[in-house]
Amino acid sequence: MHTSSTLVLVLAVFAASLVEMVEALTIVVAAGVSRGWRSALEGAAVAAAVLGVLVLAVGIPLIHYVPIDTLRVVVGALLLVLGLSWLRKAILRASGHKDLHDEDKIYADTVAELSSDHDATPAKPDKGRDGVGFAVAFKGVFLEGMEVVLIVISLGAAQNRLGLAALAAGAAVVLVGIVGLLVARQLSEVPENTIKTLVGVMLTSFGVFWVGEGAGVNWPGSDLAIPVLAGFFVVLYFAMTAFMRAKLPAPAVQVEGATP
Amino acid sequence: MIAAVRKGIVAFGHFWWDFLIGDTPELALATGVIIAAAFLLAGSRWAGAIILPGLATVFLFLSVLRGRRRAPGR
Repeated sequence: MHTSSTLVLVLAVFAASLVEMVEALTIVVAAGVSRGWRSALEGAAVAAAVLGVLVLAVGIPLIHYVPIDTLRVVVGALLLVLGLSWLRKAILRASGHKDLHDEDKIYADTVAELSSDHDATPAKPDKGRDGVGFAVAFKGVFLEGMEVVLIVISLGAAQNRLGLAALAAGAAVVLVGIVGLLVARQLSEVPENTIKTLVGVMLTSFGVFWVGEGAGVNWPGSDLAIPVLAGFFVVLYFAMTAFMRAKLPAPAVQVEGATP
Repeated sequence: MIAAVRKGIVAFGHFWWDFLIGDTPELALATGVIIAAAFLLAGSRWAGAIILPGLATVFLFLSVLRGRRRAPGR
């Protein structure tokens, strides 16, 4: 295994975990502020533990009992679905056809939904654990973390580097946790859309590579084909974004009450 | 107990359906086509290296076109 593909593996897992954990942290902070920190942090911690157990319970048997070529095709397929989907969203966002991911808006919406004066939300208990805050934080971390788990297991198992992939994801979780504690609500400062584009490029590159490798394609340059594929998909991202902006621009959004 | 297990299975199925198909079934189709092409190109060198990313490009472009915002009435 070349150093370049190991580096791309670490970068891909780290960046994917970073963006997903920023999204999860937004929900945890919103739950903490509106429903109390104890329940929100407990919910987040339990979800993180469940995700860790999933990596061990699914990842280790995969490496030991599934033939490597079959594993690479299945893993490549999962990465392709994920990667193409992230890349598609990135192109649509960059060309104005989809709204940019806005953590401030998600934060405001979650706080409004969780506030006790919201009709559908039960009132916050005076003492003890708040079930709503716990459940919202758990769900936020678990759902956002599931994609990270899939990426860690897929990339880690295909390259027989599950420990390294888990370590990269863990480092991103710790980093987001520390930054989250320091800046609390200023998560919109994270260049999330750019990182998502990068992750989309990497996952698609790994997906195409592993599907080919598992099926028996002899990639020129062996593992060095991965950074070449990544370069190709970066160029493709810019080319498609430029094409969409120039030839098929997004229609102007109609503002209610605005004069035509 | 049975109801809880059934609920869990349904939720698990929903997760995978949303993850693999969701609102972009063309990307699931793309993955299937790329896998089939990879097996057809087994043993090849440059043909696989050109055709597989090429297929990903075509499907990605079609998916982007499908997902674009259109002016009302178009």
